[in-house]
Amino acid sequence: MKKEHFQENCYVSGHTACAGCGQSMAVRIVMNTAGKDTIASNATGCLEVFSSKAPESAFGVPWIHSLFENSAAVASGVETALVHQGKKEGINVIAQAGDGGTADIGLQALSGMLERGHDVLFVCYDNEAYMNTGIQRSGSTPFSASTTTSPSGKHSTGNPRPKKPMVEICAAHHIPYSATSSIANPKDIEIKVKKALKIKGPKYLQIHVPCPLGWRSDPSQSIDVAKKAVETGLYPIVEYEYGKLTKSRKISSPKPVSEYLKLQGRFRHLLKDAKALAEVQQVADKNIEYYGLK
Amino acid sequence: MAQAAKLCRPGVIAAYPITPQTHIVENLSQFIADGELDAKSVNVESEHSAASCVLGSQAAGVRSFTCSSSQGLILMSEVLFCIAGMRLPVMLVCANRALSAPINIWNDQQDSIAVRDAGWIQLYAENNQEAVDLIIASHKIAEDPKVMLPAMVCVDGFILTHGMEVVDIPEQKDVDEFLPPYNPPYKLDPKNPMSFGLLGTPDVYLETRYAIQKTLGDVLKMIPTVGKEYQDKFGRDSLRLIEEYKTDDAETILIAMGSVCGTIKDVVDSQRKQGKKVGLLKIVSYRPFPKQAIKKALDSAKNIGVIDKDISLGSDGALYSEVKSVISSDKKISGFIAGLGGRDIKAKTVEEIINLSEKEENSCRFIDLNKNILWEEFKTI
Amino acid sequence: MFSILAAKPKSSERNKTGSWRSTKMPRLLKKECINCGLCAYICPEGCIEGKDKNQYSVDLDYCKGCGLCAYICPKNDVKMVENQPQGESKEK
Repeated sequence: MKKEHFQENCYVSGHTACAGCGQSMAVRIVMNTAGKDTIASNATGCLEVFSSKAPESAFGVPWIHSLFENSAAVASGVETALVHQGKKEGINVIAQAGDGGTADIGLQALSGMLERGHDVLFVCYDNEAYMNTGIQRSGSTPFSASTTTSPSGKHSTGNPRPKKPMVEICAAHHIPYSATSSIANPKDIEIKVKKALKIKGPKYLQIHVPCPLGWRSDPSQSIDVAKKAVETGLYPIVEYEYGKLTKSRKISSPKPVSEYLKLQGRFRHLLKDAKALAEVQQVADKNIEYYGLK
Repeated sequence: MAQAAKLCRPGVIAAYPITPQTHIVENLSQFIADGELDAKSVNVESEHSAASCVLGSQAAGVRSFTCSSSQGLILMSEVLFCIAGMRLPVMLVCANRALSAPINIWNDQQDSIAVRDAGWIQLYAENNQEAVDLIIASHKIAEDPKVMLPAMVCVDGFILTHGMEVVDIPEQKDVDEFLPPYNPPYKLDPKNPMSFGLLGTPDVYLETRYAIQKTLGDVLKMIPTVGKEYQDKFGRDSLRLIEEYKTDDAETILIAMGSVCGTIKDVVDSQRKQGKKVGLLKIVSYRPFPKQAIKKALDSAKNIGVIDKDISLGSDGALYSEVKSVISSDKKISGFIAGLGGRDIKAKTVEEIINLSEKEENSCRFIDLNKNILWEEFKTI
Repeated sequence: MFSILAAKPKSSERNKTGSWRSTKMPRLLKKECINCGLCAYICPEGCIEGKDKNQYSVDLDYCKGCGLCAYICPKNDVKMVENQPQGESKEK
């Protein structure tokens, strides 16, 4: 019996992700879209831990993990080996990492991979903090989010810095494709993975994946939370080709940011603080203008 | 060394430039540019990525080569442990150089000693001929389906890397006969999609370390066998656990690794002419560490002097500690720290070490210290 | 000598994560199903399957009870009900 509309299930049940894990949902779509002729490298992080506890693996494609910061470099080696063997045609190479393994500790290796032009799709599963180690702030943590290392308190409204614009940093390498997606629209992930894998060269895809544990949101609302991030303008869905912004998902009547924030414990401290709330609204307004979301 | 690496036909080379390793990468790049070597070279952005890249390419089933030195090797160190743990027989040439701070581009062996626990086979070359031979010969052991461990050939920076010596480079045909194409028992392959680099819980981790330890024990037995095979083919016995130089009846034996052994041999020769019973025990295989062979070689010795071009700060020289743990307590053994950061070890220095070894036991004795630049409190001059 | 170095593909299926489920579990009502496949498509566990209208099923051996299938269903044909630990597991 055909399990679903994918040809083959390349990421299966029995992994140990939390209930309602946005990353697990996205990984399934990415892997199943890429299909069995894929080799994946993986950074250390939640995904690696919940998918590959010895002696088991949830992956149905050849998969390799070694360290936190080197997913892009390992993928570069895998791709180079395939080219040397004359086997690259027909085999996708995908490097995966969380936002810490992408924007912080993995940034150098990622930049090197992009600059050298490897035919690899790098997928960043962006849950906006170091979730595997217990919700510490990363460079991808949004402005004002409370994490264990950027807690809100009497003298703090949470993370004091804006989110690192990774999609633009990658686009600035003038690579063929750099885009964001979200589990807000799961089919969008499939469309973008398909599009990316048709392009030869380095590609970057960043997927917004709510983390019920770290965001203190209801597992059954993971998709809803992601939707609100898009609809408020806090998570712009954009595509860059060769360094230029070519597409952005329009939001004709943006929702106030409180619609998004109130669903999550990490922003709860903002709801009674009009000034802090206004500052987050400014982030959304700026995004809408900057990325042309209207 | 680049020639030797080329003869092994690596498919992927990834390295990051660092003095004094640079010309090995440069030459390999030129071989590829000139069509003399069918390989892909990856110009990575750091040594961490160099090691990660060859980890990936070796895992994908292609023989892979990297080389580094000093800070570069230390930057790689995280990956080095991983390469061994993932049982990938990567080949690395380390141009031995001192570690910062202070920054120092000259030779000692602190860099490779600092990563001795990573699970790699570590071989030390005395001269460039040995370097060539060890690079080729160690591939055969590393890639044995029962071994599958990486190998590091250590060559003293500048002394060997920039030294001019006449070296016999084997014929490609002979190397091809000696070293078959890389055919690993496991690799990343969509036809057999296995997962590598798993999370090892307390239930399984211990066994992974035991397996490497046992395998390095097997390598200890393989080195003489493969060494003999190499000698039969190429006429040189460079691959061996140790070299015993005039140790048979020696009362005083010095122990060392790498290029300093050449100087020590000269001193041994001249002292023998004066009737002194001295000898040299050269350690070629530092990992695995040949305890039994060392013990046996030191049978006749009354006085032992170990020269370390490294130091485990707060303890002793690495080689000294390990040799001391092997020998019987009736022997006098001394440890000397010499040649750090490129300080020349001259014949006179070696003679001094012999004399000190015969006189009294020392541990961690620094040779050739300039006390004029040592103060009890901070000072500038 | 080797110890555990690699895992067979999809070997995690040995690990029945359904035991994690605490309060709620999905019930596919099988009345309004239009075979859009979204529940199966988005399930983070990959434990929903089916190919025809009203023919979908949840493998409770793996379902962690997150409720995203109930959220995504455009016809409200999935209902989260009190968890019944025994007797509900589908034969595999």
